[in-house]
Amino acid sequence: MVFKRKDLLGMEDLSKEEILFILKTAESFREVLERPIRKVPTLRGKTVVNLFFEPSTRTRMSFELAEKRLNADVLNFSASNSSVVKGETLLDTARNILAMKVDCLVLRHPTPGTPHLLAKKLPVSVINAGDGAHEHPTQALLDLYTIRERKGDVEGLKIVIIGDIAHSRVARSNIWALQKLGAEVRVCAPPTLIPPLVEKMGVKVFYSPEDALKEVDIVMMLRIQKERQNTGLLPSLSEYIELFSLTEERLGLAKDDALIMHPGPVNRGVELPAKLADGKRSVILNQVTNGVAVRMAVLYLLLGKS
Amino acid sequence: MPLLIKHGRLIDPATNYDVVADILIEGGIIKKIAPKINRSCDELIDATNKVVVPGLIDMHTHLREPGREDEETIQSGTRAAAKGGFTTICCMPNTDPPIDDPSLVEFIYQEAEREGSVEVLPIATISKAREGKNLSPMGRLKKAGAVAFSDDGDWVADSHLMRRALEYVKMLTLPLISHCEDRRLSQDGVMNEGYISTVLGLKGMPKEAEEVALSRDLALCQMTESLLHVAHLSTANGVELIRKAKVSGVRVTTEVTPHHFTLTDREVKSFDTNTKVNPPLRGKRDVETLKEGLKDATIDVIATDHAPHLVEEKEKEYSAAPFGVVGLETALGLVIKELVQTGTLTLMEAIAKLTINPARVLRINRGLVKEGARANLTIFDLEKKWLVTEDGFFSKSNNSPFLGWELPGKVEWTIVGGKVVYQDD
Amino acid sequence: MAKLMDKDEIRRSLLRLSHQILEKNREIEDLVVVGIHRRGVTLAERISKMIEEIKGKKLPTGTLDITLYRDDLTRIAYQPVVRNTNILFPIDDKKVVLVDDVLYTGRTVRAAIDALIDFGRPKKIELVVLIDRGHRQLPIRADYVGKNIPTSPEEMVEVRVEELDGTDEVLILKRT
Repeated sequence: MVFKRKDLLGMEDLSKEEILFILKTAESFREVLERPIRKVPTLRGKTVVNLFFEPSTRTRMSFELAEKRLNADVLNFSASNSSVVKGETLLDTARNILAMKVDCLVLRHPTPGTPHLLAKKLPVSVINAGDGAHEHPTQALLDLYTIRERKGDVEGLKIVIIGDIAHSRVARSNIWALQKLGAEVRVCAPPTLIPPLVEKMGVKVFYSPEDALKEVDIVMMLRIQKERQNTGLLPSLSEYIELFSLTEERLGLAKDDALIMHPGPVNRGVELPAKLADGKRSVILNQVTNGVAVRMAVLYLLLGKS
Repeated sequence: MPLLIKHGRLIDPATNYDVVADILIEGGIIKKIAPKINRSCDELIDATNKVVVPGLIDMHTHLREPGREDEETIQSGTRAAAKGGFTTICCMPNTDPPIDDPSLVEFIYQEAEREGSVEVLPIATISKAREGKNLSPMGRLKKAGAVAFSDDGDWVADSHLMRRALEYVKMLTLPLISHCEDRRLSQDGVMNEGYISTVLGLKGMPKEAEEVALSRDLALCQMTESLLHVAHLSTANGVELIRKAKVSGVRVTTEVTPHHFTLTDREVKSFDTNTKVNPPLRGKRDVETLKEGLKDATIDVIATDHAPHLVEEKEKEYSAAPFGVVGLETALGLVIKELVQTGTLTLMEAIAKLTINPARVLRINRGLVKEGARANLTIFDLEKKWLVTEDGFFSKSNNSPFLGWELPGKVEWTIVGGKVVYQDD
Repeated sequence: MAKLMDKDEIRRSLLRLSHQILEKNREIEDLVVVGIHRRGVTLAERISKMIEEIKGKKLPTGTLDITLYRDDLTRIAYQPVVRNTNILFPIDDKKVVLVDDVLYTGRTVRAAIDALIDFGRPKKIELVVLIDRGHRQLPIRADYVGKNIPTSPEEMVEVRVEELDGTDEVLILKRT
């Protein structure tokens, strides 16, 4: 099949075929990462700009590594919102960068729809590295890759996502991605952290991990931010931990070979105890490795053509 | 100079007339209406196959002057109004400085007199500086010519102040126009709270923000037996609440905008900031109920809430863009397309919402066609279609969610005080 | 369209090539075979098997996909599908026998050499092809050639193998 898109903005609009094609391509790049020389010349001469308006070390590093492994030139632009405060709008910033003849923008921004705005207005490829609470497609793709690596097929698997669903782009992208590949997705959080009408996305909603974890194949934990307790959404972090963190006991309700996933960074002792984060059921580090391969695949598919 | 309009289909909701007639205008007044007038005039309009209605009235626009003349001025805004078939518009006072002083009311009248194409009636603020703390000098504002009071853009959150304001205007017999939004429920929201906001990860403004504020306003209006007009109604429950209130005898009227009875929050999926409005575009059920409300007269008026913004301001991330869309030039077309052509309202009913009804809410002698009345008339072609384009706006701004739409009901002549202020070439 | 080689001729060619490889490489301790996707892989497996039958030893055999190394990548209007590269043995200090079906411009082989060098430092790389059709655009030559066929640029040479195409044959076609 042929990947015709100019941009990767989200999982919602990708077809099952497109997703499988990206994952298959990622396999070849995963193999590149095992070679003694972990580089291929594929994107030589192309320039990719990492335009990050939100602090992020991991995702940016992962993209940067993927870009460099493909031999592309990399530019890192970490705008705090200050350049916007100075009066330069987002579009201006992007246009200025484009005037330096770059080929691709990898954008992370706190507001949903920002990559879509740039993709619409600019001729270069735009990769959404996270737009507010909306989508984080490369995360969902690497999660799918990791699941398939260990479980073979996603179809029929029961997956629960536990955490601040309302504010999570990882949750949204995964909900689309996993369902397109035939999984049953459950979300679990206190009611204040469940977005309205999320059942309409096809997921089952649970307010208690004890119910949500029954017989699941994959447990995906999300970060919980301390700030949520200051905005009337949670009484306290300690109460959240007591009711929602993944304990050994709770994990016992899942299948014996259930895997633990987390998009990182893990708040040890909050969502997960260190023991489980580092234990043998955890594939968190695999997610990180696969992340580079998946991002290489996405870059290749968007930029490796005339 | 006499002006003769020949053979137009005259629709006058005030009298329920729907007849083909000639209209003679002289000295800015409607001199005569008759099936046939034989009079040679220098100025002649052949209105055969056109519809002639009382000049349309928009009781909710933002003209941005003083303060944001880059977005719109009284001159450009009234030109846009004329193109849209409006002969009388009310401008909201959330300018910079806000219209909370008689001198500013006078300023609007003077500027409109000098530069305006149509009649401009200023609405003054309820509270000083729109801060929601103290009453503005409403008596003196009325004397200077304000036709209503509103802190539009904000809800008067202090219930005590709102009560006193409602009591105070009773002696002025002018309506208080309320922007019903409990900001503590809708804070930081950028679109309707619902399934779409969940999918998009955007912060939502729940319908309850409007309903809670509306409930309070209705209770206070009933308590004070005053006059309340609810601005830009957007929710199904809001229609219900007003219906019930009217039945109980509460003196409340309300308006709806064309974008609220045409579009739903589904449009936001494109992240086009021309879908960002306050109150936000709601769901299908709300749109249906608003139409029902228009039909059973729960909703009295159609008003545009014309809110111009520059391209640079709108061409931003969704959360950073300002709320508001323009509406003067597309209103009539949308009314005909979405309400008349769908059979929701008859043409007579629809025109009433744009003419005699707002005139009655404002207690002005407009919105009707009869001998002796001021010659404010709009002539349009019911069938003729036109395309809404970026460059086609008379307004300084073109932030419209209807770009690319084909609309019927092209306005061909707009006449204010016997003078043609707009003519379609 | 014309048939240049049939099943039997192909088999005899591959057998002769296998013998030639062994004649030049007396020591097979450090000899490995790598086939270039797609049909080079099939031919490499056959040659490996033939060598096994002759010498009693199966040489380490790998597959190489050169999509990511192509120099005409930017001129292709779609992305070629990336296939699996499997070289599960070290190639440092080894003699690599690179196998492809048709040698034409030389660009594929150039890409394959670059890829191999990224895998390690082979002592030597030798190239075996079933068909050499001329028209080199780079200074590349094959060490072992099944058949030399002069062609014009309007023609296409296709090697078909049973494993992928259902039959063994070499065809020459007019480009449409």
